[in-house]
Amino acid sequence: MTSRLAAARAVGVEIAARHADDVDAGARFPREALAALKDRQLLGIMVPESEGGAGAGIAEVASICDALGRSCASTAMIYAMHQIQVACIVHHAGKNAWLRTFMKQLAKDQLLLGSATSEVGVGGDVRSSICAIEEKDGRFSLTKQAPVISYGADCDGILVTARRTPQSPASDQVIVVVPRDGYQLEQKSGWDALGMRGTCSNGYHLEAKGGMEQVIPAPFADVSAQTMLPVSHLLWSALWLGIATDAVTRARAYVRSEAKKTPGGVPDGGWRLAEAASLLQLMKSNVVVSLRQYEAVVGSEDKLTALPFAVAMNNLKTGSSQLAVQVIHQAMLVCGLAGYRNDTAFSLGRHLRDAHSAALMVNNDRVLARTAQLLVALREDPGLLE
Amino acid sequence: MFKIHSEIFNFGASMAQPVQARVRAVLKESALLQADVESLADDADLYAAGLTSHATVNLMLALEEAFDIEFPDRLLRRRTFSSVNAIAQSLDEIGVYKEAA
Ligand SMILES: Cc1cc2nc3c(=O)[nH]c(=O)nc-3n(C[C@H](O)[C@H](O)[C@H](O)COP(=O)(O)OP(=O)(O)OC[C@H]3O[C@@H](n4cnc5c(N)ncnc54)[C@H](O)[C@@H]3O)c2cc1C
Repeated sequence: MTSRLAAARAVGVEIAARHADDVDAGARFPREALAALKDRQLLGIMVPESEGGAGAGIAEVASICDALGRSCASTAMIYAMHQIQVACIVHHAGKNAWLRTFMKQLAKDQLLLGSATSEVGVGGDVRSSICAIEEKDGRFSLTKQAPVISYGADCDGILVTARRTPQSPASDQVIVVVPRDGYQLEQKSGWDALGMRGTCSNGYHLEAKGGMEQVIPAPFADVSAQTMLPVSHLLWSALWLGIATDAVTRARAYVRSEAKKTPGGVPDGGWRLAEAASLLQLMKSNVVVSLRQYEAVVGSEDKLTALPFAVAMNNLKTGSSQLAVQVIHQAMLVCGLAGYRNDTAFSLGRHLRDAHSAALMVNNDRVLARTAQLLVALREDPGLLE
Repeated sequence: MFKIHSEIFNFGASMAQPVQARVRAVLKESALLQADVESLADDADLYAAGLTSHATVNLMLALEEAFDIEFPDRLLRRRTFSSVNAIAQSLDEIGVYKEAA
């Protein structure tokens, strides 16, 4: 275990877990946990060492998401979403001097980055935009109706997708990095949701301005296919795994307490606990294998955009999001009323509510429809260890 | 491969590059682009002309049908379908160009 992972675990157990119920009840930003993550320099770890970061890889960041997910899903989701934005900058800044300087600042000041990809009018289709970059004399302006920008009020910068020009078709998009002093947010809706309440995913009218050099040079299609999509699915799945793992831990503790009451036999919930543990292992294996698959192709544009890889990353997302809910449901059956109530050490309501966001966060139907299309084109299935 | 930018030369181009002309016909027939296919240069970016990644699969299927070929997995990349010339080059790799010429 790296010292960074150990530090993240400590933040999870000692800080995030302590405030998780209050964050959930108040639908408030998990400021204590995020301050602790900043304090331990865990926000900029993916920035390369040459730019003042730690050059951490995807597996380490995913391990941190898993660790945080066990304590406070909102904290973990905020951390994951932030790292997805960082990955887009790190992988696609190229030689762009502005972006490289921003990366340095990101590592030095531990900036927290948010995302405005969704847009009112296009539903959850991340690969189309209505808003467009309007360029004049090397400067751009941009207005976007964003139905959700998680922690929009608390971040230090936002990555925004838009059409390349006002004449461009909806699918010809770019993504632009806008630091805090480059945008204004007017809140249009709040976030009183079933779960992930601490992400404070309010809706905003966003107005941004800046220099054209803030636009990531690669088309968003490439940034999305090579980085945003796989990294999102990997980090989200890791934190959903964390939520499910904590549910199984609670179920195990429940069965243990029952076992103490009736020494000798296996308590009634034991079978279901075994089933939950088996599903959890399936989920974990999927995350681990997918991480290895990503590590094997990261850096190769060709391999990152190959069909079998895209299919694998989509399957990871739809699979993990469904398994998380199933595992927690099993754990709930094990704990019975003690799990259903909100006031016991075995409570699972928050876990279940948080996990239900997984299938909607880029709707599984949308992902499955895309996978179906890819499968039409796919010719061969890779071998066992390929 | 030489590139022709001017519309005036399109007639000449389709004579000299039958594959490009046939690719255009497929693009036009499949109606996957918002832009006018005829006004696009052979090296114009089809994604900038409105080809979505979703539509790329349909384009691939239409090309396979029209040319009676199969794209191998290694060619199923965004870049393969990025322009009329890129498509022609991939078809050339598969062996279409020689047959058509
Ligand atoms: C906790 C959380 C945090 C979020 N944070 C952010 C953020 O910070 N920034 C941001 O930009 N977005 C964010 N989102 C939004 C998210 O990424 C999706 O864009 C959003 O959840 C999709 O919204 P939707 O369900 O209204 O739309 P859609 O995805 O359009 O779904 C609506 C309905 O249409 C159906 N549907 C739509 N398209 C298809 C299709 N092709 N095939 C089959 N069925 C289809 C779906 O099944 C569903 O029933 C967040 C979401 C959540 C849950």
